[in-house]
Amino acid sequence: MEFTKKQELIYNLPIEHVMRKNVITVTPDTTIRQLKEILRINRISGVPVLDGGHLVGVASIEDLIKALEVGELDVPVGQRMTRQLITVLEHASIIEAVKKFSQFHIGRLLVVNEKGTLTGILTGSDITRGLLEAINLNDHAKELKRNPQIIFREDIVSDQTSLILRYHIKEKDFKSGGSASSKIKRAMEQLGISPQILRRVAICAYEAEMNLIIHTNAGGELIVEIEPELIRMTITDRGPGIPDVEQAMSPGFSTAPTWIQELGFGAGMGLANIKKCADSFTIQSNLGTGTQLDIVIQL
Amino acid sequence: MIDLQTVIEQLNLETIASIERQNRPVVGGYASDLLSCAMRGAKKDFLWVTLQSHVNVVAVASLLNLAGVIITEGNRPSPETIAQAEKEKVILMLTPKNTFSIVGQLIALGISGE
Repeated sequence: MEFTKKQELIYNLPIEHVMRKNVITVTPDTTIRQLKEILRINRISGVPVLDGGHLVGVASIEDLIKALEVGELDVPVGQRMTRQLITVLEHASIIEAVKKFSQFHIGRLLVVNEKGTLTGILTGSDITRGLLEAINLNDHAKELKRNPQIIFREDIVSDQTSLILRYHIKEKDFKSGGSASSKIKRAMEQLGISPQILRRVAICAYEAEMNLIIHTNAGGELIVEIEPELIRMTITDRGPGIPDVEQAMSPGFSTAPTWIQELGFGAGMGLANIKKCADSFTIQSNLGTGTQLDIVIQL
Repeated sequence: MIDLQTVIEQLNLETIASIERQNRPVVGGYASDLLSCAMRGAKKDFLWVTLQSHVNVVAVASLLNLAGVIITEGNRPSPETIAQAEKEKVILMLTPKNTFSIVGQLIALGISGE
């Protein structure tokens, strides 16, 4: 069981997660002398050669040694580089990369996207590091599953199981602004929610949290309910209430006092940002009683 | 793709928090002093240029997984803000220049706004 999980992890790990993205490249006009310096300074054993952004070859330490033997220091790299391009797709599994390494006996693989543009470079040690990190993360996730505080357990059966996170937000507590949203974001990360959804949840949570801090008389509550198919956020406060909800929703409209606006808050974009990120968003507000936001993001 | 270290060197920025993570990539940039606008416009691995230097800047940068924040016009964050940035692993960079000049330099380095 343990073994298959790890295997699955390896098969599912895409190359783009372990490759190095800051690739040092040269052009065909680069001289062997310059190449020598680039390899030495960056402590690398080879570089991709790009001509007008197009991948045309690889200049490795082997090519360099051959050129040095015959004293060709000022010859352009374009004439001495290896033209055979051994590439892998960035979305491919690292298994693909491992196969190519053993097939071609090379030190590095060029990683490209569907259009053939170079997006990264991959060595054997990148794969080792990536795998170790992935296994570590996986173990961490398993630990969370064992933690009884996490209720997504297979042995708990109900018609509808959800995880509820509750945060109390204090009015005018600017120093803590964003701390509830940060905790929500971290919880989502631990649950393995995708980065795209994570961004939308983080924006909604942040804007709602800041609204409670900036505008309420007595703070409020931010409740996040995570269900298998959706995330529901309910934000309630006890006043003062919004006189004109439609006006409050329009981008740029703000009732925040000047000193708050000078800090960069109260841009009048909060509710508009929530609307943009939510799959459904409703506001109920009564003057004197308070406001409730209901936000739903589908998973 | 350009990394943060290159930006720091080219723009002569002073780094004050989480400086051990300077090799991270920079994929784009965004400039605004309004936090909600940054929330909307800045994305993962973007640089955010602003003259705001208070603690909520760290919250925004952390929530969005930004590459870092460049604080302009010589504004200096409080020790409390720096401590929060260390805790959240947010890189803060300072410059005496204004936002307009910094954005111009970032664009010259090939960093785009989208």
